[in-house]
Amino acid sequence: MSDLFYKTAVELSSLLIKGEVSSCDLTQAVIDRTRAVEPKVKAFLSYDEEDALKQAKNSDEHIARGESRGLLEGIPVGIKDIIAVNGERLSCASKILEKFNSPYDATAAINLKNAGAVLWGRLNMDEFAMGSSTENSAYQVTSNPWDLERIPGGSSGGSAASVAAGEAILAIGSDTGGSIRQPASLCGVVGLKPTYGLISRYGLVAYASSLDQIGPFARTVEDVAIFLQAIASHDRLDSTSIKTEIPDYRSALEQADRPWKLGVPSEYFSDGLDNEVRVAIENAIKFFAINGCEIVDVSLPHTDLAIPVYYIIATAEASSNLARYDGIRYSHRSDKAVDSIDLYFKSRAEGFGEEVKRRIILGTYVLSSGYYDAYYLKAQKVRTLIRQDFMKSFEKVDALLTPTSPTVAFKIGKCSEDPLAMYLSDIYTISVNLAGLPGISVPCGFNSDKMPIGLQIIGKPYCEADILAIAHKFERSHKFYSEHPKL
Amino acid sequence: MADTSSIDIVYVANLARLDLTEDEKKKFSVQLGEVLKYFERINEVDVTDVEPMAHAFPIYNIWDEDKAEEGFTVEEALKNAPARRDDQIVVPKVVE
Repeated sequence: MSDLFYKTAVELSSLLIKGEVSSCDLTQAVIDRTRAVEPKVKAFLSYDEEDALKQAKNSDEHIARGESRGLLEGIPVGIKDIIAVNGERLSCASKILEKFNSPYDATAAINLKNAGAVLWGRLNMDEFAMGSSTENSAYQVTSNPWDLERIPGGSSGGSAASVAAGEAILAIGSDTGGSIRQPASLCGVVGLKPTYGLISRYGLVAYASSLDQIGPFARTVEDVAIFLQAIASHDRLDSTSIKTEIPDYRSALEQADRPWKLGVPSEYFSDGLDNEVRVAIENAIKFFAINGCEIVDVSLPHTDLAIPVYYIIATAEASSNLARYDGIRYSHRSDKAVDSIDLYFKSRAEGFGEEVKRRIILGTYVLSSGYYDAYYLKAQKVRTLIRQDFMKSFEKVDALLTPTSPTVAFKIGKCSEDPLAMYLSDIYTISVNLAGLPGISVPCGFNSDKMPIGLQIIGKPYCEADILAIAHKFERSHKFYSEHPKL
Repeated sequence: MADTSSIDIVYVANLARLDLTEDEKKKFSVQLGEVLKYFERINEVDVTDVEPMAHAFPIYNIWDEDKAEEGFTVEEALKNAPARRDDQIVVPKVVE
């Protein structure tokens, strides 16, 4: 019998309804686990035990009255510090919002509260979601629970690490260029980025508005399915939120044994892909081939343009979104300014970290007069071509199989003076954001250093049910979720 | 067509309202120069007749009811103000 904090949400929901365990007991177990391993993992920027237990008690009362609000009732869910929860900090791991206390709830947070989840703590991340290692946090570095000297991935590193370490049953993160899928891959957990528009961005602090999406982390595909069910919804407060029928994602897992046509894009298997990762992914592809699926070679010819296109568009949008942090209404305000304009210069200089400054500069540059056509407009056109590549391949296949990350987690500090090297590690995830498609990373093995490897499954627009079913098919036969880091 | 191989860091930082130290100016100039060189790849693609894509799934004319609703209370709205007096945020003098 595994520890309470390593059980799945589905298992725990059943135990809670039967009265075999209370949400207070479960939440206490998660609190104790967090206290025990946080000195090593450092996934959390803050947590409030009393508040969590109060929410747990409320869930227990609902269950006792026979009024459970669903499968997430009483389940502790970690929250990335970029999603607004009323009365909680919302620092985005930046000094510029160090003192900020949110006056409102994100729609995703409201959905979680309405589902009876226990919102647990504020999770570390790369500052303003800019990064792939969580090293850009202005507060602390989070360690990968599988090897404390390695990064957990980013920008949702705290979310992935907390779930891998048993410090949360589920966690919520955000993904603009891979920030859910990549840390999920590096920490051996499941992470899903939905189709753009499926989950409301209201209350998600904006980094790149045409790319950002909120998404779930869990240790199993089924848990991700029930989590997604609770937070996907049309929202009138987000004008990019899509009105679409939300299927029953958990029931969709029963489609696992459909004869899927799965595409393998050749461009995702070239140089730069670590050999052990390649072998693990090829084994995963073989598994599908001998279990009723058809493997189809496809090509996404504009893949090598994805990084420049992403870093032009994302930084441009970021430079606009981060203009609001000006020291006037709610962010850090410098006391060294000589006049009102200088206040902007100094507050922003003091409040923003290095990577954020770099991206703001880059974004401002590509949008500036004389350069707009050469960079931003051109990147938007290439973005169309990238999307067309995917849609063409989807005429032949149901989904694509790729590695999530070209390597396993690297050592903390390895890329710190080389931003370009860090950007290149996003190669397999960013196109998915550019095309607005859904993508899931599911654990598919370990390398010889026992570091997790993730398989990415990319789906057609609004076909989260398909990629969940395919991921479930794989997970069912491999059960990597039963392995846990030694902490 | 403007020179696309280097950034005038001082000019751009001014647009972005960011005070950079001399060290930062030097470091970013080098780092971003490398990133820009990498960006040159997009010039290899023929984008004639390609529509730019700003949004993955364009949806249009998203309306909302023109109905007044409760917003933040004054306390909520000013909760994070760096400086306040009465019901207002105190800011440096703008007009001489």
